[in-house]
Amino acid sequence: MFKKILVANRGEIAVRIIRACREMGIKTVAVYSEADEHSLHAALADEKVCLPGFKPADTYLNIPLIIRAAKEKGARAIHPGYGYLAENEVFARSCAEAGIVFIGPEPDSIRLAGNKLQAKEKAIQAGVPVIPGSGRGLTSLEEAAALAGETGYPVMIKASAGGGGRGMRVCFDEEELREEFPVAKAEAGSAFGDPTLYLEKFLPNPRHIEIQILGDRGGKIVHLGERECSVQRRYQKLIEESPSPALDDALRKKMGEAAVTVARSIGYFNAGTVEFMLDEENNFYFMEINARLQVEHPVTEMVTGIDIVREQIRLSLGERVDYDYTSLAPRGWAIECRINAEDPDRFFLPSPGVIETYRPPGGFGVRLDTHVYQGYQIPPYYDSLLAKLVAHGPDRKTAISIMLRALDEFTIAPVKTTIPLHRRILSDESFAGGMFDTGFVKKFLPEEVED
Amino acid sequence: MVGERRVEVRAPIAGVFYRKPSPEEPPYVEVGDTVRKKQVLCLLETMKVFQKIKSPVSGKVVEIAAQNEHPVADNDVLMIIEEE
Repeated sequence: MFKKILVANRGEIAVRIIRACREMGIKTVAVYSEADEHSLHAALADEKVCLPGFKPADTYLNIPLIIRAAKEKGARAIHPGYGYLAENEVFARSCAEAGIVFIGPEPDSIRLAGNKLQAKEKAIQAGVPVIPGSGRGLTSLEEAAALAGETGYPVMIKASAGGGGRGMRVCFDEEELREEFPVAKAEAGSAFGDPTLYLEKFLPNPRHIEIQILGDRGGKIVHLGERECSVQRRYQKLIEESPSPALDDALRKKMGEAAVTVARSIGYFNAGTVEFMLDEENNFYFMEINARLQVEHPVTEMVTGIDIVREQIRLSLGERVDYDYTSLAPRGWAIECRINAEDPDRFFLPSPGVIETYRPPGGFGVRLDTHVYQGYQIPPYYDSLLAKLVAHGPDRKTAISIMLRALDEFTIAPVKTTIPLHRRILSDESFAGGMFDTGFVKKFLPEEVED
Repeated sequence: MVGERRVEVRAPIAGVFYRKPSPEEPPYVEVGDTVRKKQVLCLLETMKVFQKIKSPVSGKVVEIAAQNEHPVADNDVLMIIEEE
């Protein structure tokens, strides 16, 4: 067992990891920026190291400083959380070179998963369905226009190195493609340092379904069922649940097997997520592999009873997975609401500041993962995620009623949060009926206007 | 003293102040520049979201109070414009 782990992250996920370590009898080292001196993760860890400055590049992305902190404090392993250095191949290699265990997949898997086009190619070779499209990188407009004609409009342009919606464009005809291609190329080049684009048939309002996987050092890979992540705004997830109201046992088995097949084809190790799109006819298509712990992992934990962070640590020590989805006999339904410091009525304008009133929910079926507390000052430099509120009940209807009750109890003031938006969505009849897709959130928001 | 014609441009929320659209590009404005109403003066980054701060009036930039890439608090003065 590791004696000590350094947690290279902040916010709720750093708290989450510290909690798992403490339960396992592992000491923790927190790193924190000057703006996070009073953050909960720094208070809960056994030891802490200040990373001077406040900007992510100087602090939570500072590879040499973080490696040095781990060495000085005698931490044998680093958990990267999600975001920041979690999918950074260079960081994973730097850890290995320093004799420190990186708790996550191998650097080669991180690289492969980061190249969307290569990952898609692997899925095709493994016989897993993908959205029809270019299948190779495009750099010239003429090449793109010819391929789009073959694929058929509408098409989606995507950045090979991409993520988070940048470099992504929907084109309904060739005129639009000719206009958008150069812009998307420039955007991809500046955001990811790689202007390579590819093209796919555009699926209108699909569902976003992802499968949690775990792989051990012996090459065994299991899946832990799906997460439904269709409630999004601008490609950012707001509500996740497990299981998905769109899947029956047969489809769940097929998608679970497809996820394991893709993961096995790249020799995946540790926790990861395979993302799929699901169309109205229940056809699923491989999208990408996320080579990290996901924000929404708690919904899977609640229904399977598996502590994914604990498993990540265990697997990094060479221990094995001795269960599968069926043997776990998943129970009930779990829903997660992301509570962000944003004003949903003003186009999600960020809302930093001091939390003067904080009254968290509790009770049967409620889990709250957060780093905030009464009097906490939300710094303006980092992500707006304040808390993940999770409700778990025997069925979906009960989970929704627990969530609505917990949202009613939850007070965070005076900063604006997404709590009122979640109340509106959870009270909606279509949501209650499980009838929604990735275009669903729009109807709860004021109309977007050009500034 | 703030005269009648000196208009303060303040931060609508806390964030990081940027004078340039990107590190390689020149600043949006310099002291002494003439600006039109609604012209972009600077960027404010709050929780990974960038917003453009626009000039409330037409006039001349007489002071840039905030430092490039430094944090500013809610309602801090960013720039002062002398209205035409």
